[in-house]
Amino acid sequence: MRIEDVICHWRQFSLMLLALLGVQAQAAEVLHEERSVYRNIFVTEEGGRRCLLFNAVRGERNQTCMNTANPREFVFHYAKMTMAGLLVNPQPQNILIAGLGGGTLPTALHEMYPDANIEVLEIDQAVVNVARDFFHYVENEKVVTHVVDARVFIKRAGLAGRKFDFIVLDAFTGEYIPEHMLTQEFLEEVKQILTPDGVVVANTFSTSALYDHESETYRAVFGDFFNMKMSGSGNRVIIAQQQPLPDAGVLRANAQPLHPVLEPYAVNILEFPARMSTRPDWDQSRRVLTDQFSPANLLGR
Amino acid sequence: MTSISRKALLQNIIVAAAFLNGFVIMTIELLGGRVLSPYFGTSVYVWGSIITIFMLSLSLGYLWGGRLSSRNPNPDTFALFFLAAAILSLPIIFVAEWTMTQVFLNVEDPRYGSLIACTLLYFLPIFFMGMVSPYSIRLLVSSEENSGRMAGLLYFVSTLGSALGTLMTSFYFVLWFEIDTIMWGSIAALLLCGAGVALVHRIPVNEASGVHRDEN
Repeated sequence: MRIEDVICHWRQFSLMLLALLGVQAQAAEVLHEERSVYRNIFVTEEGGRRCLLFNAVRGERNQTCMNTANPREFVFHYAKMTMAGLLVNPQPQNILIAGLGGGTLPTALHEMYPDANIEVLEIDQAVVNVARDFFHYVENEKVVTHVVDARVFIKRAGLAGRKFDFIVLDAFTGEYIPEHMLTQEFLEEVKQILTPDGVVVANTFSTSALYDHESETYRAVFGDFFNMKMSGSGNRVIIAQQQPLPDAGVLRANAQPLHPVLEPYAVNILEFPARMSTRPDWDQSRRVLTDQFSPANLLGR
Repeated sequence: MTSISRKALLQNIIVAAAFLNGFVIMTIELLGGRVLSPYFGTSVYVWGSIITIFMLSLSLGYLWGGRLSSRNPNPDTFALFFLAAAILSLPIIFVAEWTMTQVFLNVEDPRYGSLIACTLLYFLPIFFMGMVSPYSIRLLVSSEENSGRMAGLLYFVSTLGSALGTLMTSFYFVLWFEIDTIMWGSIAALLLCGAGVALVHRIPVNEASGVHRDEN
């Protein structure tokens, strides 16, 4: 028996074994496991998709993913929808992002607005390490990461009189909701650091009773807001502003110049204005969430 | 109709008070995370601060409560622990925001900020709740032989209370009530314990009193 045959047999055998083990054969390859004080983080790769997961064992949904052939591409709807904030404020100068994930968003915004100051808040140092090492997250004098609880940072920024004109709230893992970042008091603190023409973009939930409570809370603080959903996504994005929201004509006009800029990120901004609605589609009798009453994790069940 | 003796009634009240005390300790501890989070976040060290301060105040409370129990142990002193814990819990409702704002403004590091705020708000009430355990053992123990048994019973009820307090607070209370409402409930429970012990202690032993009666 020639050596090639042996190898060939072994390969067939191992393929059979893998097929028998089905699950393992289909499971993505784990590239890295990062230890964290909160929960361990896994980086997996499969079919050209590299993903960051919390608790891979339980089949937790992917936190963030990157197309390795085209790292700029936004893989998830919610990430794409975040860009809708640019329709309200197309020229952000001071950007604050709560929740790093793989760093896709700050990286894209830095490429698009190289002069803008971007500050990213991430509670977990391990997430920052993974974003740096596996998701091309680059920090420089314009992109600064703070390992901090977002509420603490925002409260302090408010006391220091700091202002941002593009604030992204994306601190929800889907597994545990930071309840102190859904309350009326928190949103008031966010509003305090928002410039008059600034925009708040919040990636939140579109299912469960929490949707109603959260919508009412945002409305109590910001008044009318744009509610954006895309089919095939369990997320919805809230786009809110202190001043009255622009009308559909302005959104469409702002979409035109953004379209070529956002195309490389697989974001079709032209179809966004039609998906942004100010019409309440939730139960408006639901209670506003406050620091005294915020059982978000129980409501989200 | 047979009524139980005053002594047995008092013992039952003490056991019930130990149960409620354990319950309230964990209720207040779990709410602590929510009280502190607007100022110090929910990072792992905030919970670290809370658990540290609760454990520390309980441990010193055990020590002090045990010492006091060796000098003229009586139900009235025991009842006063509950009164003190109830009164010292009031600042958690009324001055928590002011206290945390001062700490927040003066301490940049949220680790030490949460540790200081937690000490200021929780040390004293939890210290008095810690005194309850050893003192209640002293009140229940009547002989050397049954001392271990009584200690076991007290550990059992107070830890069971803690387990239920944790469960009820995290699963239901925060969904049903505001934080301050739950705090008022805890204070009411503490006052109830103190009042129960003090009142039963005052029931005259006299057979003709009408309360303690043996009709057989």
